[in-house]
Amino acid sequence: MQQNINTEKDLQLRELDAMCVNESRLEHKWYHNFKYLVIGILFGIVFVKSEVISWFRIQEMFRLQSFHMYGIIGSAVITGMISIFLIKKFNIKTIYGEPIKIAPKTFNKGQIYGSLIFGLGWAMTGACPGPLFAQIGTGATVVAVTLLSAIAGTWVYGLRREKLPH
Amino acid sequence: MLEFLKQPWAWYVAGPLVGLTVPLLLIVGNKSFGISSSLRHICASCMPANIPFFKYDWKKEVWNLFFVFGIFLGGAIAISLLSNPNPIEVNPKLATELAGYGITDYSNLIPEDIINWQSLFTLKGLILMVGGGFLVGFGTRYAGGCTSGHAIMGLSNLQLPSLIATICFLIGGFIMANLILPTILSM
Repeated sequence: MQQNINTEKDLQLRELDAMCVNESRLEHKWYHNFKYLVIGILFGIVFVKSEVISWFRIQEMFRLQSFHMYGIIGSAVITGMISIFLIKKFNIKTIYGEPIKIAPKTFNKGQIYGSLIFGLGWAMTGACPGPLFAQIGTGATVVAVTLLSAIAGTWVYGLRREKLPH
Repeated sequence: MLEFLKQPWAWYVAGPLVGLTVPLLLIVGNKSFGISSSLRHICASCMPANIPFFKYDWKKEVWNLFFVFGIFLGGAIAISLLSNPNPIEVNPKLATELAGYGITDYSNLIPEDIINWQSLFTLKGLILMVGGGFLVGFGTRYAGGCTSGHAIMGLSNLQLPSLIATICFLIGGFIMANLILPTILSM
């Protein structure tokens, strides 16, 4: 299926409009991915226990009726900032000894239009993409429809992206 | 200990734990924290349909699918082992407003009164679940990230585009929750 894709070109394509590009030059066996499964499980537990995935908490946030969500996002950002600062300052490497690289983000108008659209959807569903997965896990099976619709939304964006203002 | 864990966790416990995901993913494999990309990888793996945006080697990003599957499992584990037996406590003002729309069930994290299989076949449910989901998927990809990729990872790395995106997420949410959602919920 893969006919020798030019690695550089593939990376550029994956980087397209994505905050999350991840290029490890090392080849790993597939089961190395289980570490991400474990991190995901811990993350999902935090999501549920802090009620981040609750539709009600999101409604409070957007009505300025509770500090809870602002406290979580704010303290998460501060923790992340300090972590990245320390990683850069001490040149911390990955567990495989690779230097840590984070792709910078360039501005395009999609970040305004897309973010406004996402904000509308966030207040309706009470979930951004991560919580959708956790909500289904808590037994709200109907949210699988919301997730499928979100996948469809992503697909339609991919289909129309050349025609959208960026 | 278990009783302690079963209570809802405070923001100052949960926030730093969420933030620690950023260095953890970087250190275990040079991965930038981001969740909405998983939706793109699902498109690329299941129905690329010759669309250039989905023609890339998604297998290199398969870690992201393991990660979101973990979030799903984490949700299931938390609800079965660490579930809080009490209803969710919300601001009384919100409870009063929602009662006006017939939302009174606080036993789940999701309002069972409006988000359930029966209401999926009503106009209100269709708009909230299918319409809302579509806006989440379309908007996050158009924006190049969601709350995790922009608000947490992007701001942590001091990226100006992520600050702009985060502000716009909030503006969109404020508009929907205060100006449009009341009409939808009144249906």
